[in-house]
Amino acid sequence: MVEVKNLSKKYCNKDALCDVSFSLNDGEVLGFLGPNGAGKSTTMNIITGYISSSKGTVKVDGDEILENPIAVKRKIGYLPEQPPLYVDMTVKAYLSFMYDLKKVKLNKKQHIEEICKLVKIDNVYNRIIKHLSKGYKQRVGIAQALLGKPKLLILDEPTVGLDPNQIVEIRKLIKTLGEKHTIILSSHILSEVQSVCNRIIVINNGKIVADDTTSNLSSDFSTENRLILSIEGDEYTILNELKNIAGVKNVTVNKSEPDAVVNYIVIYDKNKDIRSTVFSKMAEINCPIVSMSNNNMTLEDVFRKLTSEN
Amino acid sequence: MLAIIKREILSYFSSATGYIILAAFYVFGGFYFYMTSLASNTTDLSYTFSSLFIILIFIIPILTMKLFSEEKKQKTDQALLTAPISLTSMTLGKYFAAIIMYLFCITITLIYAIIVSFFNSPDWAIFASNFLGIFLLGSALIAIGMFLSSITESQIIAAIGGIVIGVLMLFIESIAHAVSVEFISKFLNKISFMNYYDDFTLGIISLENVVFFLSVCILFVFFTIRVFEKKRWS
Repeated sequence: MVEVKNLSKKYCNKDALCDVSFSLNDGEVLGFLGPNGAGKSTTMNIITGYISSSKGTVKVDGDEILENPIAVKRKIGYLPEQPPLYVDMTVKAYLSFMYDLKKVKLNKKQHIEEICKLVKIDNVYNRIIKHLSKGYKQRVGIAQALLGKPKLLILDEPTVGLDPNQIVEIRKLIKTLGEKHTIILSSHILSEVQSVCNRIIVINNGKIVADDTTSNLSSDFSTENRLILSIEGDEYTILNELKNIAGVKNVTVNKSEPDAVVNYIVIYDKNKDIRSTVFSKMAEINCPIVSMSNNNMTLEDVFRKLTSEN
Repeated sequence: MLAIIKREILSYFSSATGYIILAAFYVFGGFYFYMTSLASNTTDLSYTFSSLFIILIFIIPILTMKLFSEEKKQKTDQALLTAPISLTSMTLGKYFAAIIMYLFCITITLIYAIIVSFFNSPDWAIFASNFLGIFLLGSALIAIGMFLSSITESQIIAAIGGIVIGVLMLFIESIAHAVSVEFISKFLNKISFMNYYDDFTLGIISLENVVFFLSVCILFVFFTIRVFEKKRWS
């Protein structure tokens, strides 16, 4: 669907992007992760044809952006970081204008109505955009990106500046859109990328520093596993039993309140799975496990590691 | 291109700008018409047309100031530049919208001619020449105004720039007379809009004058396209 090869961009002799290459298959939801100024928006702007690269090529569905920009732009729905809204227009007039601008050849009224229902802006359809809340403005921005049923959706930090409820709603919407579109989503919010995307590219200082699935990224960069247990019973006995399990490197106790069930954080070898052994040991000493969860290296840890190393 | 033309014209009338432009043109145009034609007991509209240049100097920058500067400021240019249209279509869409708005302004002169025709039949050929002249003059000033709007994010700077160029065009002949270096004086005379416009007010449609104004239009539309092309590559 998307093929980016050796993409470089220089601003005043400073490398904003350096030899970036990746490809994206149909139906994939790709998270573009990186600190501010890493080159996420630059990459997206080049793919959408807003700016040109200094070097390298971008192909969308077989068409090259410099050779056939209009064909490429037809296949892309783009939501920039700041939605390009004409705030003096009503939602209806704006979407109608964008529909005409994109030269969409579907049933206009029906198509716009479908999109409005999908992104839930049908209740503000006749209102002037400047009077809408930030969340609604963002939805109108997504709606314009969806006009013409583009194969590829590019969303640049779609939840920035929204309140927690709006963030959850927009994420839900993106997940729904991911069922029908190929999506590139940029963000510097890790939980967002983790919850929405199935593949992640981490970019730092204009270079790709990681490209993998969320789970692979976490496991590849971790050198040890973590198990968090809540166990009822004598603290000293439990600690001893846990420490004696093969592969366990360290056990720490975390007790939030005096009468609460004690939490044990067990650090053990990356290549071992001690969960069933822990279960049988605790059963032997008659200490019931109330909860058990694996807490391996989080994406946040991976992100910090990747971006600080570079 | 049609979508942009439609949106631009609607945007003039969704704010006070469109109404202010029309009202100002009609009020001052009407004043000049009364003074140079009705009060002077003449059916010759040449003086009215000649005086309209001064109004254009102030009206056209207001008409063009927000064409691109507002888009840049609000970042809506991203919608235009990532839409499946060429830079030429985008620029011409904006340009023609301003031209249509300008036509709304100058068609009032047709009413002046009709009013005059109640007294005595005006020379319709001279009127047509005047109308063509003011249309071409306005189109050239709009192209310059649009270019200025494309290089700044500030509407005020775009408007002031347009007014400065308009005033310069008004006085460039006087400046040319004052300059003692012959080739500079000749050059200034050659670029004086007033020089080329005056012939139209006399009923003379010369190819040279038409080509001059059309060249200015094409040149500045081209410069505007280059501004966006440069932005894309820099």
